[in-house]
Amino acid sequence: MAKAMDEIKWQELEIGAVVTEPGNAAEYKTGSWRSERPVVQKEQCIKCGVCWLFCPDMCIIRAVEGHFTANLNYCKGCGICARECPVGCITMISEEG
Amino acid sequence: MGSGRKGVEVSIAMADAVAQADVDVIAAYPITPQTHIVEHLADIVADGELDAEFVPVDSEHSAMSVCCGSAAVGARTFTSTSSQGLALMSEIFFITAAMRLPVVMALANRSLSSPLSIWNDHSDVMMVRDAGWIHIFIENGQEAYDAIFNSFRIAEDPDVMLPVAVNMDGFILTHMIEPVEYVDNELVKKYIPEFKMKNALHPDCPISMGCFGMPEIYTETQMNREVGVVNSYPVIIKAWEEWGQLTGRHYHPVETYLSDDAEYCIVTMGSFGETAMEVADMLREEGEKVGVVKIRLWRPFPLDEFRKAVLGKKGLIVIDRAISFGGPGGPVASEVRSALYNKKGAPVVVNYVAGLAGRDVSRKDFRNIILEGKKKAESGDTEGFTLYGVRG
Repeated sequence: MAKAMDEIKWQELEIGAVVTEPGNAAEYKTGSWRSERPVVQKEQCIKCGVCWLFCPDMCIIRAVEGHFTANLNYCKGCGICARECPVGCITMISEEG
Repeated sequence: MGSGRKGVEVSIAMADAVAQADVDVIAAYPITPQTHIVEHLADIVADGELDAEFVPVDSEHSAMSVCCGSAAVGARTFTSTSSQGLALMSEIFFITAAMRLPVVMALANRSLSSPLSIWNDHSDVMMVRDAGWIHIFIENGQEAYDAIFNSFRIAEDPDVMLPVAVNMDGFILTHMIEPVEYVDNELVKKYIPEFKMKNALHPDCPISMGCFGMPEIYTETQMNREVGVVNSYPVIIKAWEEWGQLTGRHYHPVETYLSDDAEYCIVTMGSFGETAMEVADMLREEGEKVGVVKIRLWRPFPLDEFRKAVLGKKGLIVIDRAISFGGPGGPVASEVRSALYNKKGAPVVVNYVAGLAGRDVSRKDFRNIILEGKKKAESGDTEGFTLYGVRG
């Protein structure tokens, strides 16, 4: 994205506010809405990928060591990964404090 | 279809115009009193006279959704509805304008339920006044036919890219048989260039339409729309001017009749204008200095032209065809009062609401309204509105 959303002037918008740059939604970091974040105990992770499959925001990524973890730039803290993890290695931690 | 003068039902003439405009997609759901327009178009497509996709949808919501989809790929698109149909499609109606998709609609104006009524007034169009469409009002069959060509020309102009609604009084116009002068297809081709859309949906060039807008950007998108609607004005004028040169039929955002030396003017929108002109003739013979001011272009509202037509008059008698419940007056009168507020030489404004749900407003009624309205204006009784002819 050439410009941050809060810097775009009305004259710079395409007619109909059409977005002509495919995939630029990734530029917007939407993780700030989160009240809880998932924390993975990577030693316990069996690398099954269930969290990756279930994440509604497709924000679970595979770390270099092979376990899965959430990209906190996009994770909304819904907790589905923690709920679905078959070995219970994901815990939701409050973002407060 | 061939050119020349024909005796034809106005709905049929309108459908013929849509076919002559060589539309690509028609998506519509039949609803009285618009039905004849889309029925006739279905016939034309089925008979192979028009190479277009006719999509018989399951509801008006779907009709406008299909129209959005087809216009988004750059197809010339037409639909038509009335009243409850417009209410049902209203969600998408707003989106069509926001996404700047140049759909043309024939809106056969009809009252909203309840009580359920199939007859004419302007309550349906007033519901979507602020949707961001261009709204044109017409008075007779010839104007209905012509307005279709004007509307495609305006809507698809790269500097406009807005949907246009052609408003016509249900039954009073739609079901009337009138002489209509048809133009030939060559003239239409010359007048409406091929629709080339800058940002059309295409797999080779992916774009996103109707995206999510955060508070940081929403205000800018609305400013872009506001300027888009206002800037459509010179294109509309040019489209009408060129039409006038080609056909000899001239249209203006505000049209006047006997108003130059008039002390009082009747302000109308739609088919009321025809009766108003006859009554102005009658009253002139009785020595009353009465004229008529007709608003053809409702959005964008022609502020300058309207002021030019009425500033310096003693009074205006605005006849609305819809109520704004609990409001300061009918929708047209509210607009008129707002346009004149704090303007030097502003006439006083008296407002009548008449002709709801097809109740006949005869020449005699018009005469009563004008003479009574004049008295109200002279005595300073200009607040709110009067619901003409209501019993009780």
